Amino acid sequence: MSQFAINVLFVGASFALYIGIAIWAKAGSTKDFYVAGGGVHPITNGMAIGADWMSAASFISMAGLIAAGGYANSTFLMGWTGGYVLLAMLLAPYLRKFGKFTVPEFIGDRFYSKQARLVAVICLIVASVTYVIGQMAGAGVAFSRFLEVDATTGLIIAAVVVFFYAVLGGMKGITYTQVAQYIVLIIAYTIPAVFISLELTDNPLPPLGLFSEHSESGVPLLTKLNEVVTALGFNEYTADVDNKLNMVLFTLSLMIGTAGLPHVIIRFFTVPKVADARWSAGWALVFIGLLYLTAPAVASMARLNLATTIYPEMAGQVENVEEAATNPILYENRPEWIRTWEETGLITFEDKNDDGRIQFYNDSADFEDRGWEGNELSVNNDILVLANPEIANLPGWVIGLIAAGGLAAALSTAAGLLLAISSAISHDLIKGSINPNITEKGELLAARISMSIAIVVATYLGANPPGFAAQVVALAFGIAAASLFPALMMGIFSKRVNNKGAVAGMLSGLIFTLVYIFIYKGWFFIPGTNNLPDTPENWVLGISPLSIGAIGALVNFGVAFLVSNATEEPPQEIQDLVESVRYPKGAGSAVDH
Amino acid sequence: MADEKSNAEAYWKANLRLIAGCMVVWAAVSYGCAILLRPLLAGIPIGGTDLGFWFAQQGSILTFIALIFFYAWKMNQLDKKFGLEE
Repeated sequence: MSQFAINVLFVGASFALYIGIAIWAKAGSTKDFYVAGGGVHPITNGMAIGADWMSAASFISMAGLIAAGGYANSTFLMGWTGGYVLLAMLLAPYLRKFGKFTVPEFIGDRFYSKQARLVAVICLIVASVTYVIGQMAGAGVAFSRFLEVDATTGLIIAAVVVFFYAVLGGMKGITYTQVAQYIVLIIAYTIPAVFISLELTDNPLPPLGLFSEHSESGVPLLTKLNEVVTALGFNEYTADVDNKLNMVLFTLSLMIGTAGLPHVIIRFFTVPKVADARWSAGWALVFIGLLYLTAPAVASMARLNLATTIYPEMAGQVENVEEAATNPILYENRPEWIRTWEETGLITFEDKNDDGRIQFYNDSADFEDRGWEGNELSVNNDILVLANPEIANLPGWVIGLIAAGGLAAALSTAAGLLLAISSAISHDLIKGSINPNITEKGELLAARISMSIAIVVATYLGANPPGFAAQVVALAFGIAAASLFPALMMGIFSKRVNNKGAVAGMLSGLIFTLVYIFIYKGWFFIPGTNNLPDTPENWVLGISPLSIGAIGALVNFGVAFLVSNATEEPPQEIQDLVESVRYPKGAGSAVDH
Repeated sequence: MADEKSNAEAYWKANLRLIAGCMVVWAAVSYGCAILLRPLLAGIPIGGTDLGFWFAQQGSILTFIALIFFYAWKMNQLDKKFGLEE
């Protein structure tokens, strides 16, 4: 069977499974549509959160980012998992107790303010739309590489499948397809990693392989990797970073951004009890951890594999690494997988010194003494995971699995985001302000229509990505960290913060963060409109625009407290509401009088 | 009524103390061991690198998982102790 046929078989089978689940799990009520009827088991929910959370960025891009940045990019590993600790302790159980359908609804009720709810809706939509574009674009890449259709056609196929299960099944359909998608994506991610780990370190468990001995050379894998990359003019893989403040703030921004992302929070509304919301967070992190503990191993092993593919003499025990690093392979002898990926344009080669060999090294290092005139091979970070099975010479079905896994990661996250967007429109905007008397049936229809529109918009933007799509990390996490997370947390942990404080806090956190991002990245991400170049020398105190969300959150907290303390206390019934969300039992002392 | 109120207050205080304790550990492994204190831990070798690198790429994730389960388990005990479970 040809590789193409295998890929079609795997992707087709996984899509058939999702559609089957959609028919089985059709939503009959708004409760089904928004929170899957509220009866999802915590372990099931944990798995669904895993797929909801692990996007094309986690599946496809993260290992590549770590491979390129080494220790410095551990921020993604810690930031994207540490947020679950915050969710479990600071938000999820209390928002579950509140027992409504959306995140803006809590903010609107707790701060007894339609403006607050509206600000929350806007933040939710901007963060989620930015995020969903990345997923659709990721699905397009996976389609064009593995199924030999152009990216737009691939996108439309993906959109039809999502349409089917998300619009029909709502949260109910999404929950059970996400469980299936989690299983597909985790198998697809770990199998090639196990083989690569065995090949390089004889250890079948990649997280242990990362700290084991490199079998070919007999030195620890990371020592070998450091040796190899420094011989090519790169920084040591495990090198410490100088700018610790920025690293701390970036990690913190990712953590509180993760905790503030609405599509993750609403998954906690689907479990029966408050205690289940806490357990779900734990299970979610177990399932996420399986991938996140494998990713750094994949990263370092793929980086080493790539270097030793180009410089085979560096692979084994080497007396003189510098000398081994002078002898790259001939371009015409390049392995098959480099040829395949060259066709997608994600690997490119240019023979700058016309010697027919592939000089692959740090472009800013000076190797003129070796007769090198610049780095000749550029490899897009995103292909590392997708190309892994080919690099390790694994059988064709593993490649088919990777294709299905990448699509599962992109589509499961897209579905979660689309649900968050559509429920904000049908529940918060239409039922919440435009037409409060809408019937249950009417609201369900409105939810389905807004979901359909969101899918069309997301597909269009995925096919024609606007300039800001690449800035998803800065924008989505910045907004979630600076506006939604502090508002939710203060709503639970402070009785004193009132409507004026919350609105002022959210707006100032949001504006502060956006302005800082726009100054370096361009106003509304329009190229050329930035006021200062986006380089470390120009950042205030060395804080990058990616890390500013944490400071934005501080601004939000500070302004909210100041304004609240200068204005009147929230009314008694609001203070009672705060009391009631703090206790798992329905009858908290304060609600019952 | 007064009893119920003070019971609920005691429950909330116990929860806040537990959260504070867990957050100290959360910050200590990630911001502490993995980032700020890495130079201090540089003397402890592990698989070709140092302990700080391990915390950054594995240790903190494992600790986060343990922390959430610990918190969920402790809170179930508190829910029962104060008679506030569902």
